Amino acid sequence: MMPPALTTQHLSIGYRPARRPPHVLAQGLALALPRGQLICLLGANGSGKSTLMRTLAGMQPPLAGTVLLAGDALHQLDPSARARRLSIVLTERPHLGLLNGYALVALGRHPHTGWSGRLSPYDEAMVRWAVAAVGAADLAERPVMELSDGQRQKLMIARALAQEAAVLLLDEPTAFLDLPRRVEIMLLLRQIAHQTGRAILLSTHDLDLALRTADALWLLAGGVIRSGTPEDLVLDGSFAAAFHEDGLTFDRASGGFALPAAAGAPVVVHGTGLAATWTRRALARAGRVALAPDDPAAAGTGACLEVLESATATVWHLHQDGHMQRCTSIGQVLAALPPVSPAPA
Amino acid sequence: MSHALFPPLPAAHNTGDKPAPRVNLGLRPGLLVGLALLALLAFVLVLLLGSVTIPPQQILAVLLGGEAEKSSWTNIILKVRLPRALTALLAGAALSVSGLLMQTLFRNPLAAADVLGVNSGASLGVALVVLAYGTTGGALLAGFGLAGDLSLAAAAMLGAGVTLSLILLIARRLESGLPLLLLGVMIGQLTFALVSLLIYFSVPERIQAYINWGFGSFNGVTWAQMPILAGAVLAGLAAALCLGKPLNVLLTGEAYAASMGLHVRRSRQAIIITTALLTGAVTAFCGPIAFIGIAVPHLCRGLLHTSDHRLLLPGTMCLGGAVALLASLLAELPGSSLVLPLNAVMALLGVPVILLIILRQRSVQRSFGA
Repeated sequence: MMPPALTTQHLSIGYRPARRPPHVLAQGLALALPRGQLICLLGANGSGKSTLMRTLAGMQPPLAGTVLLAGDALHQLDPSARARRLSIVLTERPHLGLLNGYALVALGRHPHTGWSGRLSPYDEAMVRWAVAAVGAADLAERPVMELSDGQRQKLMIARALAQEAAVLLLDEPTAFLDLPRRVEIMLLLRQIAHQTGRAILLSTHDLDLALRTADALWLLAGGVIRSGTPEDLVLDGSFAAAFHEDGLTFDRASGGFALPAAAGAPVVVHGTGLAATWTRRALARAGRVALAPDDPAAAGTGACLEVLESATATVWHLHQDGHMQRCTSIGQVLAALPPVSPAPA
Repeated sequence: MSHALFPPLPAAHNTGDKPAPRVNLGLRPGLLVGLALLALLAFVLVLLLGSVTIPPQQILAVLLGGEAEKSSWTNIILKVRLPRALTALLAGAALSVSGLLMQTLFRNPLAAADVLGVNSGASLGVALVVLAYGTTGGALLAGFGLAGDLSLAAAAMLGAGVTLSLILLIARRLESGLPLLLLGVMIGQLTFALVSLLIYFSVPERIQAYINWGFGSFNGVTWAQMPILAGAVLAGLAAALCLGKPLNVLLTGEAYAASMGLHVRRSRQAIIITTALLTGAVTAFCGPIAFIGIAVPHLCRGLLHTSDHRLLLPGTMCLGGAVALLASLLAELPGSSLVLPLNAVMALLGVPVILLIILRQRSVQRSFGA
């Protein structure tokens, strides 16, 4: 087992406002970032996620304690030595305009080149490898100005890879990307971690994606960090505790967040297929409880919905107030149900 | 999962079979030759053209150390045209490079010595020397001797350096963009107020000299002053050429630059000292010259189609020299005895470029990197 790439000892993070006592966000942190894994750092807004990332990246001094990069104190390394061991990707999108993709990635060779920045054949090989590793070889000869946000962020990751550092920290790198791009970048990072042995720590708001892709999670809440395999953290309730907020609770059964409780009259739903599943979701979204036919509460329920799926078409038969209405879409079903009175404030 | 497609890491040393093709960084250094030729052409034109027509072979003879048919021609070439051409070349290169440095340092496409008030800072230094110097004499740059010239240059550089540091100090608390430009306007106003105070208490001849200096000119530099101007400018340009690598990473912003191993504070200091050296030296001897510092770096980015400073720096030097030479040519109105104020010509040339920049702000922001 390789020793962790980055560790912290008694680390306190926070700010020192002028002429006031320091504002501590978390203290006594003893963290270990293992090699070859993608770790996601999760936490609510204001929990200190960004401060922790900035402190681990050496952009901000710790209030107390040390960050060790393979045994050496991070905040005592000179910038160049640090850059050879630790690289970062940020949310901010620098506009590099007329630089092309390769020139942008080549900036990552900064700590390895001489005063003029001239690239050796090995530097060039690393640049080409990093571009290929993020799958951007077809973009790299175009000016960065012409690329989309997702493509540019891939090149920023390639730039960090070209830096040849064992640790890669990413502070909400996908915050401004659409879902397919976020998934793509998470899978890419996991693959990089597994295949190159780099230690990757990524902070994100994307709980669902983190649960599905990370090798381990760091949950930052209330000034402490719980770390572990995503599924373990879900099962022992840490995940729900970290994100417990008014009206929003983590549902361990579905692995997602449950919306505020339904307020409308329940509807009994008959049917088992795909259309029935999405009908139940639609009812939940509209503020209604969908009951199974064998549910004890179903006996006295007024509304009853049959979902009849066939190879050619799906129809919904809505029984309420003694008569039946035939619907051809979920939208018609929702419109036919009496309106849900707003929940008392 | 495309595990099999993940590329293998390159070998630490070239395995030696065949050299890999170079990575295409989008650089076209060949274009630099064109810009250098343009500067050379402009230099020759400034020597050739003027209010007096002198045959080219006569000019060549004088430049090679001989005498022209008329002694007045020899005088015109050696005492007017050659110093003017050299001054314009040096000043154009220096101001353009200082504009490029400031644009990257402040991540603002409209940053330049005149916009940020660095010129005004240098002017304040000059005003202090000119208006307070206890020697007699009307002309600004005459009668002070070597010590006067040196103190003039030093005061201008100091003024420029202090202003730049002040701007940087405040700019770090501001968003780059409009607030930075407003800050430049404020600093310009402040120094103008101080200069007005100095003028109020000064004697008329020196005030006139100061006002003439303020029009800007490449004509006033004597051979005695040339070593100071050339020395400072060449030192500044040499220093700037060494800053290509840090300037390139600074394009990504200070946080990224530091993460890639740049000593940000040290680099900022080097950029400021270089800019102060270039702006101060030129302002001391040529007056506050506007527009060239903003316009040339943008023209150069467009022509070379890159943001890589290792190419932009030499390119900006050549193009800046060429533009200054052509502006000085226009100011002389060849064939007439009229001489226009240099800053008026610069404004006529520069304002359209800057308006274009503002109108295309979005694409400039993107192509520039701010």
